[in-house]
Amino acid sequence: MRKIPAAKISDTTAELCARANIILRKDVLVLLRSARKKEKNGLAAAALDAILENARAAAAERTPLCQDTGLPYVFLEIGQGVLITGCRLDAAVNNGVKRGYAFASCRQSVVSHPLSRSGSSYVPAVIHTDIVPGSKVRVTVFPKGFGSENKTGLKMFRPTESGDEIVNYVVSCSAEAGADACPPYIIGCGIGGGADTACLLAKKSLLRDVRKRSPDRLLRKMEKEILRKVNRLNIGPMGLGGGCTALAVNIEASPTHIAGLPAAVNISCHALRSASAVI
Amino acid sequence: MRKLLTPLTKDKIAGLKAGEQVLLSGIIYTARDQAHKLIAAALSKGGKPPVELSSCVIYYCGPSGTPEGKVIGSCGPTTSSRMDAFAPLLLEAGVSAMIGKGGRSDKVVREIKRRKAVYFITYAGCGALLARTVRKAEVIAYSHLGPEAVYRLEVEDFPLIVAIDSSGRKLKGF
Repeated sequence: MRKIPAAKISDTTAELCARANIILRKDVLVLLRSARKKEKNGLAAAALDAILENARAAAAERTPLCQDTGLPYVFLEIGQGVLITGCRLDAAVNNGVKRGYAFASCRQSVVSHPLSRSGSSYVPAVIHTDIVPGSKVRVTVFPKGFGSENKTGLKMFRPTESGDEIVNYVVSCSAEAGADACPPYIIGCGIGGGADTACLLAKKSLLRDVRKRSPDRLLRKMEKEILRKVNRLNIGPMGLGGGCTALAVNIEASPTHIAGLPAAVNISCHALRSASAVI
Repeated sequence: MRKLLTPLTKDKIAGLKAGEQVLLSGIIYTARDQAHKLIAAALSKGGKPPVELSSCVIYYCGPSGTPEGKVIGSCGPTTSSRMDAFAPLLLEAGVSAMIGKGGRSDKVVREIKRRKAVYFITYAGCGALLARTVRKAEVIAYSHLGPEAVYRLEVEDFPLIVAIDSSGRKLKGF
């Protein structure tokens, strides 16, 4: 067994929290720059300029890209040959999130009770763990803003329905989001599994490089089709119109039951933030 | 681009057209979900709101933490539609302008027209950039709400786009 102290995971989480909130992902930046080059609508071009300037301002001034520093999601892929020593893993991760968020002057956006809305804090993070082969730990921090999280959709399709119905559903979710969730969007989709699997896959799909399409032929076709249709909605950057409502569509799929076809949509704003490291 | 100074009195707002870009300087107040709930509760009971709402500019914003040596942290707009239920009451109390992101309900559009107010959007998801326009920031009410407290912001050339003007005309999609 390879021993990894929980404190090491905590330190890594802290660093990733600061990086994710301050430095825009390079793949997202590349698509934003290319969208700006193509933009002909004056107000939409000004909005894309502001987004690009904001990324420079955040990096230069070590300020979060967005005041909504999100509900912190932490994904851990833990090699089965790893023994984590020291304190509890969840305590180590939450301690790392607290330190990283405080260091980066993030917002305390987590309330401890959903109804009483009491006590805002940086934590607890939503922690997902996967046990994987090997002797390493991959930590991924994904601060998910709630303007876009509020536009999440889940639909249980009939198993006899086709990909076309799912495409139309994803497009309708994007139309419904309108300008509320900070377009241009990156649209995450999860198809298959149970209802919870589809939702989790939709979120995880946003961690994939947004410049890369799915290796699966059927999913790749759907990604392209959804992007084409969403970009005909004329919502545009910040709702100012034009052909740039979404930058990319990422779909992940999983085996499912003969009686069902769950599909979930998890939209990200243009400030799609995440950072990963392998220990 | 038109430059405006607060307070935003009706005469300054009357000339604004949907789609127009504006640079605003002066005093604006942040208020989002929980602050709206408290202000609305105070107004419905005939109580006094924590700020003078007449000709006041309300910014739907909950800033991130203030880094050492800085005036304010990241401070972009939050989704305006969540404040739709409260906006008519605040407009009735004299609020003349709202700043946020995204669309508004038909009822809010009607109230904006009726009260000769204005709804601006600003660059959403650009909190680091917008922080550069803030000269002073202080919490003036509901400090127990943390990031949802009411901040008094002194801004200079804060960039805005008129999304719904005082005659109820909307930028397409809002």
